[in-house]
Amino acid sequence: MKYPYFPGCTLYTKAKKLDDAGRECSLKLGFELEELKDWTCCGATFPLVNDQHITMSGPTRILADTKDQGNDKLVTLCSVCFNVLKRTNHVMLNDEERRAKITDFIERDYHGEVEVLHYLQLLRDEIGFDVLKEKVVKPLEGLKVACYYGCLLLRPVKEIGLDSMEDPTIFEDFIRALGGEPIEFPYKVECCGAFQAVYSMDTATRCSRDILRSAKNCGADVVITTCPLCQFNLDDRQPEIQKSDPGFSSIPVVYFTQLLALALGLSAEDLGFERNLIDPLPLLQEKGIIA
Amino acid sequence: MKTVISRSQVKGDFVSKVAEISGENFFNCYQCGNCSAGCPSVDEMDLLPSQVVRYLQLGLEDEVKNCKSMWVCAACMMCHARCPKGVDISKIMEALRVLRLREVGAEGHIDVTDFSDDYLARAPQIAMISGYRKFLPL
Repeated sequence: MKYPYFPGCTLYTKAKKLDDAGRECSLKLGFELEELKDWTCCGATFPLVNDQHITMSGPTRILADTKDQGNDKLVTLCSVCFNVLKRTNHVMLNDEERRAKITDFIERDYHGEVEVLHYLQLLRDEIGFDVLKEKVVKPLEGLKVACYYGCLLLRPVKEIGLDSMEDPTIFEDFIRALGGEPIEFPYKVECCGAFQAVYSMDTATRCSRDILRSAKNCGADVVITTCPLCQFNLDDRQPEIQKSDPGFSSIPVVYFTQLLALALGLSAEDLGFERNLIDPLPLLQEKGIIA
Repeated sequence: MKTVISRSQVKGDFVSKVAEISGENFFNCYQCGNCSAGCPSVDEMDLLPSQVVRYLQLGLEDEVKNCKSMWVCAACMMCHARCPKGVDISKIMEALRVLRLREVGAEGHIDVTDFSDDYLARAPQIAMISGYRKFLPL
């Protein structure tokens, strides 16, 4: 089974490990991510004002290409791409006036025919977590995982519709299928500060601190995410957090596909953990997940 | 301090423009404060999200136009998710930002050269692109 796949800019460079592991795991699970031809950046932000159409032309073109290449689905791994493409598609489906403006401008015929799916959703709804569980060769036994959703995977819930806004469970169910132990922590749907990382660093540091503290206080060994921007903020801000809070002890922040890859028996050496600021390898060794 | 509220301000061009491009009706808000309670950026804000809406209801253009809050909003949409009246403040904050960004023009936006090489080597592209679209230089 092949699924059309949109990697996005960051997954080609800074978040290569999120992409590599996702593709490798798909083969182990019996499907293939087929990269969309001639894709461009999604724009990384969905325009939140009604009179800004130009920034939707990029994602609309991606969706129209997907359709014209003979597909009715498009899979993403990055939460940001997922949010932008999904929300753009919502406009294409429901807002005739804006759709006409944008499709006229890019000279394409598109009416929202493509269903945008996140990889997690694909695992849950098309593959099934029960099937995933059977494919696990190295269960993540004894690993306490804080499943951090952040914003863009869930909100706005009426347009994204992946899971409950306040109490989602898809990520926890995923970790259970891998044999790990998801922990509940109150900050799982809070924001990491997102793009404030380029403007108000204090916001990104404080938001990340609150999330990581909450996860640690609830007993987490590791935090997982689907988003390269969340991974960056939560990992990169930790030295700064330690400066203002000497009692803070660091915690690794990894991509969900990296844990998936380990559970499916892929070698840790190929998973790009060396790019993590807070090294997850000692923890994974201690838990007996890697040699 | 005495605050003068006038009909002309409440129905003024600026406030109307913010309402138009955000698509939000400020008068749906009854000031419960849920948005401000859940907002991750309030520590860095000068006006709480609920205050921004209140000031817009009252037409206090200058106070809103010059607030810091719009720039530290992370567009996480928690305010919208928890608003019992369905007001999407992330759209209002974006409207305030884009009106200022349009005044300044594209040359005035954050530029990639504003960041150190070390930071650029670490930060993901999505942060840079969002930053370029949402901010003026610090």
